[in-house]
Amino acid sequence: MEPRHTISVWVENIPGVLSRVTGLFSGRGFNIESLCVAETMDPEVSRITLVTSGDEQIIEQIIKQLRKLINTIRVVDLSELDHVEREMALVTIKAEDKSRAEVLRIADIFRCRVVDVSPSTYTLEITGNHEKLEAVLGLLKLHGILDVVRSGALAIQRSKKE
Amino acid sequence: MTKKMTGAQIFMECLKREGVKHIFGYPGGVVLDIYDELTRQPDIHHILVRHEQAAAHAADGYARASGKVGVALVTSGPGATNTVTGIASAYMDSIPIVVFTGQVPTALIGNDAFQEVDIVGITRPCTKHNYLVKDINRLAYTIHEAFHIARSGRPGPVLVDLPKDVIQASTVPKFPEEIKIKSYNPTYHANPRQVKRALEMILSAKKPVLYTGGGIILSNAAEELTEFARALQIPVTSTLMGLGGFPGDDPRWMGMLGMHGTYCANMAVANADVLIAVGARFDDRVTGKLSEFAPHAKIVHIDIDPSSISKNVVVDVPIVGDCRDALTQLNELLKDKPHRDMTTVWGQWLDTVEDWEKKHPLTYTWSDTTIKPQYVVEKLWELTKGEAYITTEVGQNQMWAAQFYKFKYPRRLMTSGGLGAMGYGFPAAMGVQMAKPDAIVIDIAGDGSIQMNIQEMITVVENNLPVKVAILNNSFLGMVRQWQQLFYERRYSATPMVAPDFVKLAEAYGAVGLMATRPEEVEPVIKEALNTPRPVIMDFRVEPEECVMPMVPAGKATTEMLLA
Repeated sequence: MEPRHTISVWVENIPGVLSRVTGLFSGRGFNIESLCVAETMDPEVSRITLVTSGDEQIIEQIIKQLRKLINTIRVVDLSELDHVEREMALVTIKAEDKSRAEVLRIADIFRCRVVDVSPSTYTLEITGNHEKLEAVLGLLKLHGILDVVRSGALAIQRSKKE
Repeated sequence: MTKKMTGAQIFMECLKREGVKHIFGYPGGVVLDIYDELTRQPDIHHILVRHEQAAAHAADGYARASGKVGVALVTSGPGATNTVTGIASAYMDSIPIVVFTGQVPTALIGNDAFQEVDIVGITRPCTKHNYLVKDINRLAYTIHEAFHIARSGRPGPVLVDLPKDVIQASTVPKFPEEIKIKSYNPTYHANPRQVKRALEMILSAKKPVLYTGGGIILSNAAEELTEFARALQIPVTSTLMGLGGFPGDDPRWMGMLGMHGTYCANMAVANADVLIAVGARFDDRVTGKLSEFAPHAKIVHIDIDPSSISKNVVVDVPIVGDCRDALTQLNELLKDKPHRDMTTVWGQWLDTVEDWEKKHPLTYTWSDTTIKPQYVVEKLWELTKGEAYITTEVGQNQMWAAQFYKFKYPRRLMTSGGLGAMGYGFPAAMGVQMAKPDAIVIDIAGDGSIQMNIQEMITVVENNLPVKVAILNNSFLGMVRQWQQLFYERRYSATPMVAPDFVKLAEAYGAVGLMATRPEEVEPVIKEALNTPRPVIMDFRVEPEECVMPMVPAGKATTEMLLA
């Protein structure tokens, strides 16, 4: 597996920009593992967080190509910096009789929140980094996942500590 | 201005402010208002093409010859899609054109309306940038921004899609004095420290080679390149796109490199210890097998587009900036150094290069009975004193033009280099002739590719454009046939081709048709064509199975050339 890179892209918040970004990836054969987009505090600017993988030369090309787009304001490879990364998942799990307590225990251990309950299911909200989500989902799978939806990664640079 | 203007009037005003004098176009339903406004614009000359692809290629040829932005105007739907090949070609070769397409009214967009197509979506990957203008109050700014983007940085095509209701609406327009885009600031000035590092590396070389490309032409750096190369006596080779950036009659000129490059140029690059790439992008037709391209060389790469640097090969000294700026800095730095006679310092290397040149010069086997296509190009060069504007189609005609017309000046060769679009040369010649009305403009064509845009014959006749077409007629799609001949045991699948009677065809269009079937007829035909102040087709019946040599088979190292 080639190393994962989390890249932040600030773009002008106008129609068509997202398709320029995704079109660049598909057109040049780059990989997108996940993608999150939303407005920043400045409504004229959107911030895209995308996760991709590739060797050094490919990542360098991806960053240069992103910068080349006319609507791109700034590109930062967060993987090069000290940063915090979070993903979120909403999962509906079968939880009947015996397993009901066990599912809650798992939720508790991983600090998940129960966001919906029915007599035979729980819906959990899980946040964490990529590895944590993989771990929780791996455990919950044993109890029967009925539905799952995952966000892409969000990432932000850590502030200087001094 | 405080007067209300329609979208069509704003469009025209913007063109005038951009200094546009010629546009190539084709009308249609949604651009009727623009064409109506055209009747009130004596300063803008519209050339009616016969197919929209030709409008884009003509704008491209116009841009290359003049150094200005070329303009095309077409209607929505099929009008727009027909320009796509021309746009893609301009994109690959970094040519500044602006293509205006009509669009159905904004209220109908997305409704699959008559002649509706999402041209902004279609051309997103083959334009430098594109726009759908939905608000008339953005129209003036967008058009000026389009021109700014097309011509600045690494140039390229920009498309502006204009819905009919926006063209028809009225507003009091605000024309911007200056375009500033927060997110777009190309680097022109090369970093002086990097330039210094590059020069040190070059001066410490034992076997330097200059490898130059279209960036030299686009940045108008031919003079600076020539000064630099001559000061240091560095052997120069160039890509197809860079031909004319260094004089083809200079003793340090090695010829083109790559798949159909000279033995000398390919050997020099393969043995170089420092390769100075200027405005070139290490295209696969240049490098051949990448791992064996310039294997011993440290690489200096000057390019205005950072994404071109270290894309295909890893570069030792990257320099982002305008080629002309970087070369000017290099020349300045050289002036401060004590003069050294580099022919002595690099004597051995220059001798080796000369030996390669003598060992396998560009050549062909003469025939007394059949016309050799190379001979036609040689004669064109001789009889025009190397001063003509040459466009080419794509294939063998293109390579022979590149090899045997020894370009002395920049902006004299227009060819679809990156995309390799057959049908480019003739409409491009039309564009060149519009930009250079008094120049000799010759499209070197094949019997296959000329037919891809032959309909433009009537456009040149109608507009009195004395374009000359030299068809190297071998009754084949020659380059594809060459591959079949060499690598597919001469199974000529779909490459033998019946051509029309080009002389009669020329006459039917109202042009002049000439034909040569024997070598001794070549010169008189060319002379007659050059003396005819009208469009002329010259039909040269050439050796059918002639191949372009040398040739590096696809995927092989450039030193593994077939020589004959």
